[in-house]
Amino acid sequence: MTFAYYPGCSLVESAREFDVSVRAVLERFDVEFQEIPDWTCCGASAAESVSHLMNYALPARNLAIVEREMDGVDVIAPCSACYLNLLKVDREVVGDRVLHGKVNEVLAASGLSYSGGVRVRHLLDILLNEVGAEIIRQRVVDPLEGMKVAPYYGCQILRPYSVFDNPRQPSSMTPILEALGAEVHEWDMGARCCGASLMATHQEAALESVAAILSAAEGAEAVVTVCPMCQMNLDAYQPQAVRVGGRRVPVLYLSQLMGLALGMSQEDMLVGQTMSVTETAKKRMRDKAWRVQEPSGESAEEPVGADG
Amino acid sequence: MTQVAKEAWSPGGAEYDAVLSELRDMVQACMQCGTCTASCPNGAFMDITPRQMWRMVQFGMIDEILDSRTYWYCSSCYTCTMRCPRGLKLTSAMAALKRLAQLSDGAGRRNGAFYSSFMDNVETYGRTQETMLMQNYFLRRRDPMLPLKFLPLGLRMLGKGKLHPPKGDCKGRLGPMFARAREMEGRS
Ligand code: SF4
Ligand code: SF4
Repeated sequence: MTFAYYPGCSLVESAREFDVSVRAVLERFDVEFQEIPDWTCCGASAAESVSHLMNYALPARNLAIVEREMDGVDVIAPCSACYLNLLKVDREVVGDRVLHGKVNEVLAASGLSYSGGVRVRHLLDILLNEVGAEIIRQRVVDPLEGMKVAPYYGCQILRPYSVFDNPRQPSSMTPILEALGAEVHEWDMGARCCGASLMATHQEAALESVAAILSAAEGAEAVVTVCPMCQMNLDAYQPQAVRVGGRRVPVLYLSQLMGLALGMSQEDMLVGQTMSVTETAKKRMRDKAWRVQEPSGESAEEPVGADG
Repeated sequence: MTQVAKEAWSPGGAEYDAVLSELRDMVQACMQCGTCTASCPNGAFMDITPRQMWRMVQFGMIDEILDSRTYWYCSSCYTCTMRCPRGLKLTSAMAALKRLAQLSDGAGRRNGAFYSSFMDNVETYGRTQETMLMQNYFLRRRDPMLPLKFLPLGLRMLGKGKLHPPKGDCKGRLGPMFARAREMEGRS
């Protein structure tokens, strides 16, 4: 099965490690994919606050290209905001004659039109339902035995449309993490919002959410995410979040962790690009430090503000 | 097609009324149960609860609504939308309130600066260019302290190779679509 790959803006900008690790992991599992030619921004979580029509027309443009140039194959979207925006076209535009007509009128300005035949899938859906935990387990060469990982899902992959997971108690990462040999950190923060763009507009509110999430990760070696916005909010703002009750913990992409378990190096997975990953954290991951019992009171964490 | 003049989204009027009536339709069936308020992770920062906000929309209390900061604190988490027993699209209603405020006055435009900077960025470059986006946002907010707040992060991102100069791959690609949508929304 071949897919149309929609990286989205973050993955070619600040979240390059997500793009690199996703591509590497999909290739390892023989998932064929091709980047959508000439794709453009989906509008992220900003379009709807500015223009009702562009909110639908921006993602629809990319689907129209898939329909016309790629024979309407399924789309893989690794970013949750992109995923939801693309999915929204399917759920809200297709089937609404008036809105569909308007969206096509906007698309016509670029010589495009979308009839509605493209299925949109999140990366996690593909990993879980196309690749499958069993195949993942078989390909693991360097199991993350004993590593406690907190799966963080965020909002837009789960809500408002529950497609492949339960939005109240998401668990789709569990079989994957277990296939990698990791242990799942039990917490109830997996579906809590990270604050999204409030981090730019009303930081005090977003920091409170981030601090609550990070402090609930107590006991986990890492938090894993599948969304560049969640990752950025949980990762880059740790120095501020620590001041309001958060704790420091590496925040990695699920695909990076998968890459490591599949035998790829930290360098290959661009682990060093992640701000919350300190030298100590890298070493812990390399040595699998969690397998040996740590003497109590001797935390390997670095003091606040000491990372590079 | 990129020579199409850039202008404000609309000089109020028709679009303003259209958004307001769209909003009323969206929340008309609200039965005031308060589930949305109880679900909102940002509720503590809001001055009017989401439930109250929908009542005010039903009553057309437009000035009070626009003065509120409630809708600016919506992070589009869709929790309320998922839980509302009436199945109302509340996250979209919050976004519509943001649109309404940006059409109304200077304060609304300042508060909406991030979203409009984002859309300008997309219109210009086709794909988001993060460094340019933040610069534009700072300019629109006219708050000299704001860039300082993001400076440490900017420096750390620079250190990690996460900042890139703008690329021209898709520059102007979306211009015609933006122009058409603007035209359509102005007249609808
Ligand atoms: S949850 Fe729905 S019905 Fe209940 S108060 Fe909120 S909008 Fe109204
Ligand atoms: S979508 Fe907005 S209003 Fe609704 S619960 Fe989330 S933050 Fe609150």
